[in-house]
Amino acid sequence: MATRVLDQHQVHAATHGEHTGLWSWITTVDHKRIGILYGATAFLFFLLGGIEALLIRIQLGSPENTFLSPERYNELFTMHGTTMIFLAIMPLSAMFFNYMIPLQIGARDVAFPRLNAFSYWVFLLGGLFLNVSWLFGAAPDTGWFGYANLTSRQYSPGMNVDFWMLGLQILGIASLAAGVNFFVTVINLRAPGMRLMRMPIFTWMSFITQVLILLAFPVITVALILLMFDRFFGTHFFVPSGGGDPILWQHLFWIFGHPEVYILILPAFGIISEVLPVFSRKPLFGYAAMVFSGVFIAFLGFGVWSHHMFATGMGPIADTFFALTTMLIAIPTGVKIFNWIGTMWGGSLQFRTPMLFAIGFIAMFIIGGLSGVMHAEPPADLQQTDTYFIVAHFHYVMFGGSIFGITSGAYYWWPKMFGRMLNERLGKLHFWLMLIGFNLTFFPMHFVGLNGMPRRTYTYPAGLGFETLNRIESVGAFILGFSFLVFLVNVIQTWRKPRNAPADPWNGATLEWSIPSPPQEWNFAQIPVVHGRDALWEIKREQGRTALPEPPRVDGAGIHLPNPSFWPLVAAVGVASVFATLMLLGHDKAGPLPVVAAVALLFFGVYRWAFEPAG
Amino acid sequence: MTAVAHDVPHGLEHATATGLDSRKLAIWTFIGSECMFFASLISNYVVNKGRSLVGPFPHEPWTSPSGEHFKPILEIPLVTLGTALLLFSSLFVVLALSGAQRGSRKALVGWLGATIFCGVFFVGMQVYEFTHFVHEGLTLKTNLFGASFFTLTGFHGTHVTIGVIWLVTLWILGLKGKIPPSKSLNLEMAALYWHFVDVVWIVIFPVVYLIK
Repeated sequence: MATRVLDQHQVHAATHGEHTGLWSWITTVDHKRIGILYGATAFLFFLLGGIEALLIRIQLGSPENTFLSPERYNELFTMHGTTMIFLAIMPLSAMFFNYMIPLQIGARDVAFPRLNAFSYWVFLLGGLFLNVSWLFGAAPDTGWFGYANLTSRQYSPGMNVDFWMLGLQILGIASLAAGVNFFVTVINLRAPGMRLMRMPIFTWMSFITQVLILLAFPVITVALILLMFDRFFGTHFFVPSGGGDPILWQHLFWIFGHPEVYILILPAFGIISEVLPVFSRKPLFGYAAMVFSGVFIAFLGFGVWSHHMFATGMGPIADTFFALTTMLIAIPTGVKIFNWIGTMWGGSLQFRTPMLFAIGFIAMFIIGGLSGVMHAEPPADLQQTDTYFIVAHFHYVMFGGSIFGITSGAYYWWPKMFGRMLNERLGKLHFWLMLIGFNLTFFPMHFVGLNGMPRRTYTYPAGLGFETLNRIESVGAFILGFSFLVFLVNVIQTWRKPRNAPADPWNGATLEWSIPSPPQEWNFAQIPVVHGRDALWEIKREQGRTALPEPPRVDGAGIHLPNPSFWPLVAAVGVASVFATLMLLGHDKAGPLPVVAAVALLFFGVYRWAFEPAG
Repeated sequence: MTAVAHDVPHGLEHATATGLDSRKLAIWTFIGSECMFFASLISNYVVNKGRSLVGPFPHEPWTSPSGEHFKPILEIPLVTLGTALLLFSSLFVVLALSGAQRGSRKALVGWLGATIFCGVFFVGMQVYEFTHFVHEGLTLKTNLFGASFFTLTGFHGTHVTIGVIWLVTLWILGLKGKIPPSKSLNLEMAALYWHFVDVVWIVIFPVVYLIK
């Protein structure tokens, strides 16, 4: 055990010196560094997706605008959606999975540190693969859902769909590898006493998210494989002239796609369930109900996919079934909302920045949830589907929900991750600008949507009553974009100052606040022993104080850490090469030989990885 | 890194919360995810069953508009033999694992060799079957049966091939005496994967070959 050596006060200053330099980042297997890599990469993609959204809003700011061509508009809304879902919200959540799960359960790293690095590199290469399409003038343009037969070779002969189809396949591999890793980490690496029903709720919701990823992503993998065979090898799975069924794509896509929306929102549920108790100075209300409602939401999430397909005419029995299961989800979600409010009820509320974003989350998510129940009813949905009402709905849950939650988490955990307190004044400015900008952008969409303005259409004629509201939406979008500039200014300003964050700036309840900010490479000098829920509050209560003394930064001599490794990156390059060479094959630019070479590179990376000492 | 605890695999420096080795749990988790992969492919086969516009068909004869006659295309006896060998290979890999756990290199190498032989036979059978179908005029492009048959059995065959590569790697290690009882888990993980690939075939075989 590491602690034994520590107790002897052996000093090996050189042993665990700060690793710096580019190479140390390329070969890192430290979950905290990989978390930061995820966060930085995803934030850049988030800004890119945001710029795409602003271009869309400029185009729609006035009727019959010619700022964007219809073709460019199609590319922008497709890439905006794909980027925000797969390259922003999911990896921003992954940043917190990486950084916080091991800290919250009292572990020194994830179960498979090199697999973790592999996930990151595959994600990065997948994101680049998708966006390289812009340089080829062939950005995906068929919507993030890629409905057949828009995606068929006949109607989309270029590489646009292929960048999307193969890029998502690469990203799916990253998610699945991370899913296995975090699933095993949560089950197996919990510190002594950290029973399942004592785990912090963020870890719980993240754990459920991994289960969803593990069960939902294989379905999109198969759907994308079938699409690839249709496009490259001449099958007719989704081609009616060959007996195929385009609706089959919709089923496969949404069997993945609906669990995917819970993959996007459950981590944010977890984040605000951490923030609300800490800033209400009260334990989470109804912990067990929170856990089980999360499990219930995930379970039901696999039984509602066809509510995305009411307009395909499935018949009354299927419509009724999917309408009922969809409305049923409102119950566990309502349980969560009541519990969040119950947590704040009677607490001594501290309106710090993370708390503001968490409260903003609740308010915005309720609006998005309620409009969701509206189009759970097939007759209402037939009126609303493919209009801006739907755009309003999912932005209230995805932005008003996921992004508000993630931003709350960013302000909450920033001191832990970087050892610096973000400026409160700028943080609050960020919040109010974001709240106002968000509602100006998306609330009017309910009205223009119900009045019949269709989604995914590059312009609208004057005189239908859409002009004023669209103008307001576009102004709101720029306020929203500006709010993130305030965040950037905050980050840069505080970065220039020396580290000032104590280990436990918020009087936190969970174990990540028991160690120095930022944590040392090995997280815990001594693996903690847990005696109850809210483990750190428990320790403080036992000792009869509200704040513990600042934990010392120790020399970690003798603490066992995994070796850095280069091979996860090689394997990840192998994965990306396989799909890049498939692209060449599919467009007759190369034979099967490059694909074979790419597979060989992948095997080479995996073998070197398997046979090097893990440390 | 210091010399302390250098040889301890990561995740084992302190006992895991469940007592189960993390690597074993990871394989089970991966298998759980793979179930959804094959469930989707099998569903795709079932959904497209009987919806081919032209032949050749799996269980019925077909005469093309130009008067060409096609027999039902599936070769059930040959595939039954391949299926039997694949099922036996699950037993063989268990015997190999037992050999590894007892420290019997002879049993490990012998039974693992038998497992690999069965796997190679199965893949060879599939290669023959695919080539035969193409000669008979059934390709991915021909009809929905061809498309869904080749994707389903092809992806299963790919899994078997990866399993064979994995087992051959372990066989070479076993031959060099590098799988002592303390490292038998390395073989157990491959064996779990191998069983899974077998179980999937137990579903595919009746769905594709036996149910008309």
